[in-house]
Amino acid sequence: MYDINKIYEANSVEDAVRLRMEEPQARIIAGGSDLLISIRAGDLAGCDLISIYTIDELRGVSLDDDGTIRIGSLTSFAAVTKNEIIQKYVRVLGEAADKVGGPQIRNIGTIGGNTCNGVTSADTASTLMAYDAIIELTGSEGKRLVPIEEFYLRAKRVDIHPDEIQTAILIRPESYRGYEGFYYKYAMRGAMDIATSGCSANVKLSEDKKTIVDARICYGVAGPIPMRTRSAEQAVKGLPVSKEIVEAFAAGALQDVNPRTSWRATKEFRLHIQGELARRCLTESINRAGGIWS
Amino acid sequence: MIEKQFKTITFTLNGKQVTTSVDMRESLSDMLRNDFGLTSVKKGCEVGECGACTVLVNGEVFASCIFLAIWADGKDVLTVEGLVDVDGTISDIQQAFIDETAVQCGFCTPGFIMSAEHLLRTGKRYTRDELRKELAGNMCRCTGYHNIINAVEKAMNARLAKKAGKE
Ligand SMILES: Cc1cc2nc3c(=O)[nH]c(=O)nc-3n(C[C@H](O)[C@H](O)[C@H](O)COP(=O)(O)OP(=O)(O)OC[C@H]3O[C@@H](n4cnc5c(N)ncnc54)[C@H](O)[C@@H]3O)c2cc1C
Ligand code: FES
Ligand code: FES
Repeated sequence: MYDINKIYEANSVEDAVRLRMEEPQARIIAGGSDLLISIRAGDLAGCDLISIYTIDELRGVSLDDDGTIRIGSLTSFAAVTKNEIIQKYVRVLGEAADKVGGPQIRNIGTIGGNTCNGVTSADTASTLMAYDAIIELTGSEGKRLVPIEEFYLRAKRVDIHPDEIQTAILIRPESYRGYEGFYYKYAMRGAMDIATSGCSANVKLSEDKKTIVDARICYGVAGPIPMRTRSAEQAVKGLPVSKEIVEAFAAGALQDVNPRTSWRATKEFRLHIQGELARRCLTESINRAGGIWS
Repeated sequence: MIEKQFKTITFTLNGKQVTTSVDMRESLSDMLRNDFGLTSVKKGCEVGECGACTVLVNGEVFASCIFLAIWADGKDVLTVEGLVDVDGTISDIQQAFIDETAVQCGFCTPGFIMSAEHLLRTGKRYTRDELRKELAGNMCRCTGYHNIINAVEKAMNARLAKKAGKE
């Protein structure tokens, strides 16, 4: 039995928005794999909940007419990984989702929950940020679109208004077409573990596959929220694919990151692996994109 | 004093349609154990970490301790009790666990059996490494996993051979 005061069930997005306004004290529960744990721990004991878990219209991945990939907020990690659109256009996102917990967690946990929790170690968040994803929120006045970097306010705080729920995560065609990416989750165990640090990078190469046209990189657990490292990105743009630029990329990343010491790892250890993750993720992204090394 | 909230739900449980009134604060494992006496559903951690409470919901594996009972409405739920024949004969995967000594204290076993049953139902052939990944959400503190993987592999091979024989 959970120590929950009251549960309101939303059957549609409009229902959820109405309940948000009527019951401002209540928290949204999607898959509950963060929230129910906090209730069990006593941190949120006695809370009111609005369950959106059964709103099936928020499940699934589709391609809009303009090529935008639309991921319904309730889509489970497992469903993201299995989806053909994801496999074809942003396979790194499916791979990142497949690094979460174990099979049971990947079936219940949602990609919306993985971003709305505002957690830096969230396995899909760094890839979404590295692809400049757009967060779609729906409230009493309709839809609002927020770039994912602005969606994160501070640790565990995201930009959701009191009348809103997150309804989708969008990836624009210009953000994924021509890009190949790679995610590395560094954790103490191969499964059922939270990342000590995670890194998601992606690149777009020139026609002849010899030059970096664009590179993007985002870390989890390099700071209080998922963090893009622009110094790394700037350090390699327009340069020929080579071992030297991989080093420049790692050096750039280390200028920007700011990990802290926690019981999981020290700051020094995180800095060490973050440099290494930048190297590996960039190298693998280049290889996936068919890069020709000079 | 908290006022109690109940909801009437209808779902398929081990192949039979059932209707029941649940306390909205109950987890699926609470409901299965307390309201239906299905004590194969174990509570190890109750925070989604150990897999002892694993059941199939619409054919997929879920940790029933972190699944609200009200969410089972309209779904198809399967526990180890549902694998046993009406005459009490146990299923191939249960027998394989016995044959391979994949059981010591037995607390994790029903959860493993349900995760394994899901894999066997896909009709896919998994490598041992793939089996390890697919069973990573289930913890065992006794066997060291080796015999568990042996049991699942054995049942998988037997089912695949049977299927191939029929075709
Ligand atoms: C055993 C275990 C292992 C785990 N391992 C990992 C792991 O390896 N990697 C990882 O990243 N995470 C892991 N998690 C954490 C968790 O599974 C994920 O963060 C998951 O994405 C949470 O999604 P949910 O739908 O279950 O969230 P919920 O608990 O339902 O919600 C999380 C938060 O987001 C809010 N929210 C959710 N959806 C919406 C929405 N649509 N609109 C507005 N607000 C919303 C809720 O109010 C809540 O504050 C693990 C959890 C457990 C229990
Ligand atoms: S009791 Fe449900 S996962 Fe441990
Ligand atoms: S047999 Fe004892 S926990 Fe697995």
